[in-house]
Amino acid sequence: MSRSLLSRWLLLGEWQAHRLQIVVALIAIALGIAMGFSIHLINTAAVNDFSAAAKSLSGQSDFQVRATQPTFDEMLYPLLAQHESVAVASPILEIQAAVPGVPETDKNNTLKILGIDVYHAAAVTPDLVGVPAEGRAFDMLSDDAIFLSPAAMEWLAVKQGDQLSLRLGTQTVALRVAGGLVRAHAGQRIAVMDIGAAQWRFNHVGLLSRIDLKLKQGVNHPSFKAALEEELPVQYLVTETVDQERRIHNMSRAYRINLNVLALVALFTGAFLVFSTQVLSTLRRRPHFALLRVLGLTRNQILLQILREGGLLGMMGSLLGLGLGYVFAATALHVYGGDLGGGFFPEIKPTIQMSPLAALLFFILGVSVTLLGSLLPAWEAAQAHPASALKSGSEEMALAKLRTPWPALICLLLAAVLTHLPPVAELPLFGYFAIALLLIGGIAWMPSLTALFFSGLFRVFNRLTTGALATLALARLANAPQQAAIALGGVLVSFSLMVAMAIMVTSFRISVEDWLTRILPADLYVRTEVRQDALGFTLQEQQEIAATASIERIDFIRSLQLTLDPARPTVTLIARPIDQADPGHTLPMIDNALNPAEIPLEAIPIWVSEAMVDLYDYQVGKRVALPLSEAQQDYIVAGVWRDYGRQYGAIQMQLTDYKKITGERHVNEVALWLQAGVAPEEMIASLKALPFGESLTFWQPNVIRAISLKIFDRSFAITYLLELMAVGVGLLGVAASFSAQALRRVKEFGMLRHIGVTRGQIYRMLALEGGLLAGFGITIGFLLGGSISLILIFIVNPHSFHWTMELHPPWQWLLIMALAMMMAAAVTALLAGRHAVAGNVIRTVKEDW
Amino acid sequence: MMKNTAALELRGISKTYANGRQVLSDLSYALAAGEYVAIMGESGVGKSTLLNLIAGLDIPDTGEIWVDGVVLSAEDDEAATSLRRRDFGFVFQAFHVLPHLTLLQNVALPLLLNHLPFDRAQQMLVAVGLQGREQDFPRQLSGGELQRVAIARALVHRPRLVLADEPTGNLDPDTAQEILQLMRSEIKANGAAGIIVTHSQAAAATADQILLLSKTGLQPVLSHQRV
Repeated sequence: MSRSLLSRWLLLGEWQAHRLQIVVALIAIALGIAMGFSIHLINTAAVNDFSAAAKSLSGQSDFQVRATQPTFDEMLYPLLAQHESVAVASPILEIQAAVPGVPETDKNNTLKILGIDVYHAAAVTPDLVGVPAEGRAFDMLSDDAIFLSPAAMEWLAVKQGDQLSLRLGTQTVALRVAGGLVRAHAGQRIAVMDIGAAQWRFNHVGLLSRIDLKLKQGVNHPSFKAALEEELPVQYLVTETVDQERRIHNMSRAYRINLNVLALVALFTGAFLVFSTQVLSTLRRRPHFALLRVLGLTRNQILLQILREGGLLGMMGSLLGLGLGYVFAATALHVYGGDLGGGFFPEIKPTIQMSPLAALLFFILGVSVTLLGSLLPAWEAAQAHPASALKSGSEEMALAKLRTPWPALICLLLAAVLTHLPPVAELPLFGYFAIALLLIGGIAWMPSLTALFFSGLFRVFNRLTTGALATLALARLANAPQQAAIALGGVLVSFSLMVAMAIMVTSFRISVEDWLTRILPADLYVRTEVRQDALGFTLQEQQEIAATASIERIDFIRSLQLTLDPARPTVTLIARPIDQADPGHTLPMIDNALNPAEIPLEAIPIWVSEAMVDLYDYQVGKRVALPLSEAQQDYIVAGVWRDYGRQYGAIQMQLTDYKKITGERHVNEVALWLQAGVAPEEMIASLKALPFGESLTFWQPNVIRAISLKIFDRSFAITYLLELMAVGVGLLGVAASFSAQALRRVKEFGMLRHIGVTRGQIYRMLALEGGLLAGFGITIGFLLGGSISLILIFIVNPHSFHWTMELHPPWQWLLIMALAMMMAAAVTALLAGRHAVAGNVIRTVKEDW
Repeated sequence: MMKNTAALELRGISKTYANGRQVLSDLSYALAAGEYVAIMGESGVGKSTLLNLIAGLDIPDTGEIWVDGVVLSAEDDEAATSLRRRDFGFVFQAFHVLPHLTLLQNVALPLLLNHLPFDRAQQMLVAVGLQGREQDFPRQLSGGELQRVAIARALVHRPRLVLADEPTGNLDPDTAQEILQLMRSEIKANGAAGIIVTHSQAAAATADQILLLSKTGLQPVLSHQRV
């Protein structure tokens, strides 16, 4: 009991006397945990809600039969319904309809409509059966009735009995809200209507999107699946609910993991600040611990005391972090949605669910990280020789071990090796490790680098001038390099992370801007309101558009989604006129494309995005098969282009080839080049005058560019937030380090005051020290951050998102930030030193600690 | 091995620093219980090293140090720490009181470490003339007052041996004399033995005996040799 009392005395005494350092350490660890925990909560909420919503759509079905294209012929249905192993087959048509008046900039501007056969759906997907008004049971079969989920009703501001206009392609369909879907997942915007009515009203007669199958009891599922896959033509896919969940998981995996890694980086920064706080605190208290050793405290008791202090700090910081994390997550979900602006989870509005297990894991992580940060200084303090540690000035001796550069150089070398290793499970794990090793190596190299640099500077400076203040400042930095290096750590970590993120985000943004310019060469783009629609402009409508006056050139574009692998998200196929001799004229090519002469006559050329190479191994020159027709057709990869719009892969081909293979004549986008002197507004007015003009939406390249960049900035909002936090925490670290060091230099300041140095001169000396130190940290941080940015740009991004980019460092911004940080560090050093300088001059020289 | 009954016995102690400089060579001495001696000598002769060896903070290259019938120099760190905690009291030139603990807490440290009741901490503060200052912090005290706290802390757990290294080196002569008298009287009152290492003749004069440490060993200074 008496030992625990002693422990409490020591802890409370230390914390009361150094509140700033404790608060900084608490904030650092709390922010790290808060970022990690909030991102975990957001990801879990989004993925869980999306999975739950998807499950309610697939209900109790054992299997779902889909096609590689969005729709297929309904003649498959009787075959499956009569299958000997199938108990119930429920046909479903999925339609994404536009809501007139809701702009396309709103990501969720479409309503998902499910056409169901109510009698079969009741057995397989009961959640999808609408509830009609009392006495109007036949509304479920009515051709104008639609049933809306509560979230959809709220979004569209309609109620039972209201009329609702929806648009598909150039058609507008008027429907009556006949009731609700009471069992729809909370926040899910969906609608249901009779399948026959949906096929007829939305011009999808004879088409289905999927067939849900419930098997008879006793049927072996894997055998059934294998047999059915064998029986069905190749363009059909037999999937289970678990496949869909895996696909959802894969969709956002890279984005979520990158966010988690950023959160871990924040935690690492926090841990490093805790480490530097603990090191400085332990150094300052070295004589105290030595005294306790002399008075009879054993090495283990000293070790445990310091670890106890670190552990308590970790516990408090982690608890604070968990609370903050919850608030961050709730705020971010409210402002940005479940994908933090990433666009992965439309149609749902997730809510946070507190998971005690996750909270416990993050709590343990926070405490462990803090304990690890305390372990080294605790070990050093426990092992210190009490007699020598009792004397002032033994601190540099304690830190002398840090001066060896070898561990740091090994870390840096290992980081360089790791950058050459391939991704693991499509994730840049070695890239992340390389970043961690670079940071650790950079920090560990600081003591020897600082010693080398400031000793050299001191020697040069001594030869040049005899300015007392500058000499004092440089002498301090040259002769106490280890302590300087620890103070530098905060600046180094935060600035290097800021540089890395700034270079990566700017490079990405400029690359996206360039890409947008390349892929949007026309003066005006015309679409029907729903781009993903399988149907769009009919041949006649295309002719009417082409006949409009003042058009110099017109390109028709057909895009649709293909499922190449049920476990992966769909791939976008874009059919358009492409200059085969020079595809770079149409597409932002990144590789040597095949010459027309190299393309065999029997193979159809396709140009694929970088993601197709990574995910499906579509190398240039490779022969591949695409599920576009029942007839066997060879395709050859004729080139690779850059695509920032579709990270799961996109394929481009000639529109003429597409039409020839599929026999389809519809297109869903038109690119227009206007005659000289014709304003886009004039063309828009002419096109609106067409019979289907009201259903058209128009996009000018500059508007698309602005919207795309806005979405880009929104996606990176979280990284900006992390950057700001890293800088804030870094500066707090500088404040804590400097104030801890200034307090330990009270005697030195007292002595200087005795020999005639004014307070102002000491302040200037402190500011100079702070500025020089920060300047050095910033320079090294810039080199380190630059190296990390190269890993982010050339390894992490291509491995995670399957696209490359060019390097565009934001020099001006970096310079401004470097100067601002240097000034902030100088001011921080000055403010931190004020308290130490303001003490009683006579007394300070007498105190030995 | 024969049991030793002296408060402290040094048998053939030698110590050489890592840089090769030998400071103590075949040093032997026995300190009786309740005896209070002063050790003087030139700077660098090894006075502080000798105190560190006696306290078990350092290990001699050769020889044995007996404390309370135990060969301290043969004990491991844990046992040496335990012995130091129970049987030793320390007074330093630089006071070494913990700045964030109150005076009472500082004095009570050895009691806490030895699981003894606190009451004596209060008594010791009264004994060294700091009654009513229990809740003050070290920063509120003068140098002389700080050394009083250190003396109280050194004796509060009734150690067998008090080691003082230049206890008045940071004090003015009047305060130094006051502190030395206080230390002597408290050591005697508590029945402890004491060793004071000092450069000051005045300080040394408060001891029962003065020993001169030189390369030849520890030699008693006769009364007519005292200045």
